[in-house]
Amino acid sequence: MPVDASYAGRVYPAGPVYEVGREKLAEFAEAVGADHPAYTDPAAAQALGHPDVVAPPTFAVVIAQRAEAQYVRDPAAGVDFSRVVHADERFTHHRPIHAGDRLVTTLHVDSITERAGLAMVTTRAEIAAEDGEAVATVVSTLAVRPEES
Amino acid sequence: MGLPVLADLTVGQEVARGTRTVDRSRLVRYAGASGDFNPIHWNERFAASVGLPGVIAHGMWTMGSAVGVVVDWLGDPGAVLDYQVRFTRPIPVPDPGEAEVEVVATVGALDAEAGTARIDLQVSALGTRVLGKAQVLVRLG
Repeated sequence: MPVDASYAGRVYPAGPVYEVGREKLAEFAEAVGADHPAYTDPAAAQALGHPDVVAPPTFAVVIAQRAEAQYVRDPAAGVDFSRVVHADERFTHHRPIHAGDRLVTTLHVDSITERAGLAMVTTRAEIAAEDGEAVATVVSTLAVRPEES
Repeated sequence: MGLPVLADLTVGQEVARGTRTVDRSRLVRYAGASGDFNPIHWNERFAASVGLPGVIAHGMWTMGSAVGVVVDWLGDPGAVLDYQVRFTRPIPVPDPGEAEVEVVATVGALDAEAGTARIDLQVSALGTRVLGKAQVLVRLG
């Protein structure tokens, strides 16, 4: 099934709260080979003015991905993962994410266009605190190859 | 120990560089930590079936790993305000063995009014650029 361009403009309202835990931040930091003490040592993070250990710059992908799943796992959307290549990614941090944050994410399907025979699908995850404070914006573009004929 | 200051920086200046290595176990670890279980990053048979040369690194692993050299230079992960990349080439990860990723960070632009710098990353594997337009906007001291 080809990518359904009529999904452009869709907004998926915030789902369940994502609670940021110290152990998850440490696990993610280790996986990307990041050893800054502010990821694992609360005292080191506090010395830099953070309330608790902070997230590495790309950690928000973990949260954004859950929101993106609502769209990309919808079979009718036509985003078949065996034909997808990640084209680009951008994180804008309105403030650092730290352990203890309780975050909610609204997903926007910003655009679905065609470039060189590929469907380019751009989503935007707006990650906010429960009280509405903007925390991070994650923009991701996938390139989807057409089905082999 | 505070953040780097604008007066000490000039456009084009190299501020950091580093090498990262990635092997299959690293990809499995990243899959678990990130929740990205796409089999092209751990299953040779599946990767070949979709036309790849073999298992490739998660672009997001490369992105997450590369920015570490900037964080270490800054001294505070919270000073990374914005970070974007384009994934231009996949990094095949051999088995057995590992792939090496080279990262060079230079000052791309300075904004005295905002107190920020744009740091441009050159990220390459086997002598080929794997990320394009890799830019990190950072807060300075």
